[in-house]
Amino acid sequence: MGTRTYVLKKAVQALLTLFAVVVFNFFLFRVLPSDPIDLLTRGAGLRLSPADKAELRHEYGLDKPVFPGQFVSYVEDTARLDLGTSIILDQGRKVRSLFAEYAIPTLILVGSSTVFSLILGVLMGIYGGWRRGRKFDMFSMGFSLVLYSMPEFWLGMLLILLFSTTLGWFPSSGRATLGVDYTGFHHFTDIINHLFLPALTLTLAYLGEYYLIMRSSLLDVLGEDYITTARAKGVREKWVLRRHAVRNALLPTITLIALSFGFVLGGAITVEFVFGYKGLGGLTYEALRSQDLPVLQGIFFIASAAVIFANLVSDLIYGHFDPRVRNA
Amino acid sequence: MALKPPIAPSGEPRRAASGVPEEPLGPISSPRRIAWVRRRRALGRFWSEYRHNKMGIAGIGILLFFVGMALFATFVANPQSVDPSYVSGPVRHAPTLRFPLGTDNFGISVLSLIVAGSKISLLVGLTASVITMLIGAVVGIVAGYRGGAVDTLLMRITDFGLVLPWLALAIVLASIMGPSLTTIILVIGLTSWPGTARLVRAQVLSIRERPYIERSRALGAGDGHMIIHHVLPNAMPVILANAVLVVAIAILSETSLSFLGLGDPLTVSWGSIIENAFAGGATTLGAWWWIVAPGVCIVLVVMSFTFIGFALDEIINPRLRER
Repeated sequence: MGTRTYVLKKAVQALLTLFAVVVFNFFLFRVLPSDPIDLLTRGAGLRLSPADKAELRHEYGLDKPVFPGQFVSYVEDTARLDLGTSIILDQGRKVRSLFAEYAIPTLILVGSSTVFSLILGVLMGIYGGWRRGRKFDMFSMGFSLVLYSMPEFWLGMLLILLFSTTLGWFPSSGRATLGVDYTGFHHFTDIINHLFLPALTLTLAYLGEYYLIMRSSLLDVLGEDYITTARAKGVREKWVLRRHAVRNALLPTITLIALSFGFVLGGAITVEFVFGYKGLGGLTYEALRSQDLPVLQGIFFIASAAVIFANLVSDLIYGHFDPRVRNA
Repeated sequence: MALKPPIAPSGEPRRAASGVPEEPLGPISSPRRIAWVRRRRALGRFWSEYRHNKMGIAGIGILLFFVGMALFATFVANPQSVDPSYVSGPVRHAPTLRFPLGTDNFGISVLSLIVAGSKISLLVGLTASVITMLIGAVVGIVAGYRGGAVDTLLMRITDFGLVLPWLALAIVLASIMGPSLTTIILVIGLTSWPGTARLVRAQVLSIRERPYIERSRALGAGDGHMIIHHVLPNAMPVILANAVLVVAIAILSETSLSFLGLGDPLTVSWGSIIENAFAGGATTLGAWWWIVAPGVCIVLVVMSFTFIGFALDEIINPRLRER
């Protein structure tokens, strides 16, 4: 399969999955609940007269038949990236504009911690796998298992206790100091100061998993015949590792990491909440608390879209480096 | 049909892992009895291998401790000890002799809370993983055994389930169903089966190609008989090893969901203790005892299940043992 066909095929698959998410989302919010209006207004604590209900029903298009009327307009809206309007959190504001505001801090937080934990986890995994059973490996295995068994928000709370409450080195909450208008360099250091603890929490939380994935992938490869061949040819151990083992071990790691991206986002929700970090995760918690369903629905949609995108990227990378999978 | 004791490839009678030759099966009364005796022996062989697995034994040890704690919480502990209207301890007090793990903001002993919470955390973990296993095993077995269009359809659904971000989905489901223990159990069960289904399917695909399946088919076995008597028993080790790992994930998930306030507000679980500690300002007030203890319990229980799962995996896939 040529590169273009492969990319096209994967992109179409991703789009189909995204469409399935839209259908699923529609089903969750419009079909499953007995009365979507009750569900919508429950959080606001409103008692509505039948006339008000009918009006709302009309406004949301709920008086149309579920299929095709409601469904088609829902799909059309989503395709135009119109994710509805917030009903409680920020009444009347478009969910899309809310997301635009909250997405950047989350991208910075999740992005930086993913990059740090990936680099560290992969490097440690290579070394640990190569020197399997030695002191470093034993230590990192134990460390990774403990980190893996830990709820990430609990780790965050421990870090607050230590670095913020006890030592006072870093702020425990927020994205920037409130009530102070820093500019230029001070603004930048203030942001970094606030970013440090949540980013450290997420980095540590992901690190354990990436270490275990990379290590086990490398061990799989080290057991392959071509490694024995390379060694028999007299290739130096360092080059066996670099040229033969690591390159092949990285590929399955990419897939597994993309698959675990859903968990990465889950971690971002609880950690942003613990650190009062105003990103999409913090917004999710607020929307959950206030039962702002359009916002929750939108969050579920973009979180799924993010995971689907991560998987698409990993498929393309995999296909680029290992053309055999294109035909699988 | 002549039935002989199982023979190892070398022609020697197969030896148990302990090195003692196995007794022949003895006078044969019924095929059912033979199957029974064989299974019991397999279990014996399994245990004698498991016994030597340090990780596995450590896992079982830790787990037994917490199971004991949960039993104590169910049958012995006084429920009033975690009821704010009956306790009279000092509020948010650091550990003392009377309150070895300190107290929370109602003056309830954190130790009592942890004991009470062990019950819910283990219960949720176990039931959620049973649901996961049931859905995962049925989907995996049907897809792998049937193949063809059924397989394609089921695997499409499974792949779809794999990309759904679980916590976002859980939050959405829980807000539609309302917060309760049942919600948490269902949500975890419904969001974590796809991984299991893939694993079981892969195993069933390899079982399907084995000679005894063909033999059984030639003797006229139907699909039901085949699945119950041949596919399921052979897929069982993989299903069980995975189930143990799923319990670990389910307990962690329960913690996250309770922490976000999606659990039953009236029951105590380790997640809800941490939630209350956070809401009660334990982090900024420096009330470390209120936070550290429940988290350590979670880490220990999750690790114990992970250890047991790793040990089972090692015994089932001897190839892993080199690691």
